[in-house]
Amino acid sequence: MISLPKIKDILGNNDPKQLELLALESASLTRQYFGRTISLFAPLYLSNYCSSHCTYCGFNSHNRIERIKLKPEQMHAEMKHVADTGIENILLLTGESYKATPVPYLLEATNIAKQYFTGISLEVHPMEAAEYAELFQNGVDGITVYQETYDRERYKEVHISGKKSDYDFRYATPERAAQGGIRHLLMGILLGLSDVAEDLTKLYEHLRYMEKNYPGVEYSVSFPRLRTIKGRDFALCNVDDKMFIKIVCLTRILFPRVGITLSTRETAELRNNALELGFTRMSAGSNTSVGGYTIKEEAEQDPQFDIEDTRSVSEIVQLLKNKNFDPVFTDWRPIGNQT
Amino acid sequence: MQDDPLIIAGKSFNNRFLLGTGKFKNKTDLKDSIESSETEIVTVALRRIDLERHEENILEYIPSHITLMTNTSGARTAQEAIRIARIAREAGHGDWVKIEVINDSKYLLPDNQETIKATEILAKEGFVVLPYVSPDLYVARELVKVGAAAVMPLGSLIGSNQGLKAKEFIKILIEEIDVPIIVDAGIGAPSHAAEAMEMGADAVLANTAVATAGHPAILAKAFSLAVQAGRLGYLSKLPATKTLANASSPLTGFLYNP
Repeated sequence: MISLPKIKDILGNNDPKQLELLALESASLTRQYFGRTISLFAPLYLSNYCSSHCTYCGFNSHNRIERIKLKPEQMHAEMKHVADTGIENILLLTGESYKATPVPYLLEATNIAKQYFTGISLEVHPMEAAEYAELFQNGVDGITVYQETYDRERYKEVHISGKKSDYDFRYATPERAAQGGIRHLLMGILLGLSDVAEDLTKLYEHLRYMEKNYPGVEYSVSFPRLRTIKGRDFALCNVDDKMFIKIVCLTRILFPRVGITLSTRETAELRNNALELGFTRMSAGSNTSVGGYTIKEEAEQDPQFDIEDTRSVSEIVQLLKNKNFDPVFTDWRPIGNQT
Repeated sequence: MQDDPLIIAGKSFNNRFLLGTGKFKNKTDLKDSIESSETEIVTVALRRIDLERHEENILEYIPSHITLMTNTSGARTAQEAIRIARIAREAGHGDWVKIEVINDSKYLLPDNQETIKATEILAKEGFVVLPYVSPDLYVARELVKVGAAAVMPLGSLIGSNQGLKAKEFIKILIEEIDVPIIVDAGIGAPSHAAEAMEMGADAVLANTAVATAGHPAILAKAFSLAVQAGRLGYLSKLPATKTLANASSPLTGFLYNP
């Protein structure tokens, strides 16, 4: 595996020629392994109840926002709205509250989602392997879990209380999800929390460990940059566009077959230009508030973070086609998961 | 010289180039590649068929005279491959199935054992089963025994464009296995396809190379021509390559000397 000094070297090199070479290699590997295709998905927030106190997050338990969780009929409304845009891969999210959104609630949401989508992923609180197995058998194919940062000290500083403050439990989450049969795992770090080179080195080690021990899982990574929430800064992101692209290209070169997600937290301009470089999945038409698609007016919404690229799904599809990409909606089919 | 048709499960095909449909930048390129290559069999992953909606459905770009073979891409076990094949049949996509069981997301190598299990069950259910495997003589024999209609050994890692890295092992299958041998995966250039056909493969399948080429339809045609050329080379009983024989016989010459 690549060493920390080597990563520091690459990330610290500001020669435009080096970056262009990285990008060329990354783009060429991406075309070879994925062709000119980009998979589309959308997030859907089910609940913003949270029992963790993460200093950078709009949902943290100390923030005075209205706490809501969707009732079944509201889930139908929100899901139908998203499905009507053509999206077939849905990422269902909650804050991290074991009490407000326990496994039965997640199962209920999954069962409703199955009526609208062919691929269902969750980004919720970490669970036990048996709980992942139950979710998998009921139709959940993917789990997203970010370590946020691999720097233990920094992790403790920004995750002040709640279950999330347990670094090791979180670290072993991808492994428990894989043991539960989950097909697709998305891992990542939150750029801006800690030293990027060190976080990246440890993410790569984590990913390599997972690949070796759970080879049947499809892996993706994502590198969200910390965003403002309703215009306010919660933590400074020191990762500029050049650094961001270096991280993406380096990851592609080291992990040619791993999916890399490009979020709507990035600007439309960056998303337009970066499409070629190594990304394979994009969110589109996203809203990061509970009930944000159909239930709450924009002024009343409390987003987890601010969206930069507000273009609709059809606008993103048009963009992809103009740039000679095939937008992929259907990339999975429910086949009755069994463990 | 007249070639015999390729026969799989009693059905005849005049073109021995098969095309996979993944990774194309748009469906028009796919359609053009099918037309230019005159392929008669294409594979489509069930996971990419939009059963619910009908916008840009991939199947609309595949002419109806083409034999559609759904593949079980995404299956990690025999059970999952079996379920995918059944869903494909129920959805009206026919009985032809390419078994792909892959439980390694890094190398994407097929799991031969699980593939045998899935082949056995699906063949019994009346599917025409074409299993994709790493070339191994015992595995191929077992596949034939349990009802495979053809065997599809990989030329090299899928998507790698490395060509016939597994050549010597594929040769053994060609020699010993009586169902059609279709070389699949890793075929990155028309010359690779010709090489496989020259050594006696019955057909070749390509996908990544065509889909990711600057001009897919041109490369698809080139593949099809290379498959024909290689086939004719094979049928011609092309002379074996030799190292030059020495005019004198230093080892056995004494036997002829008075």
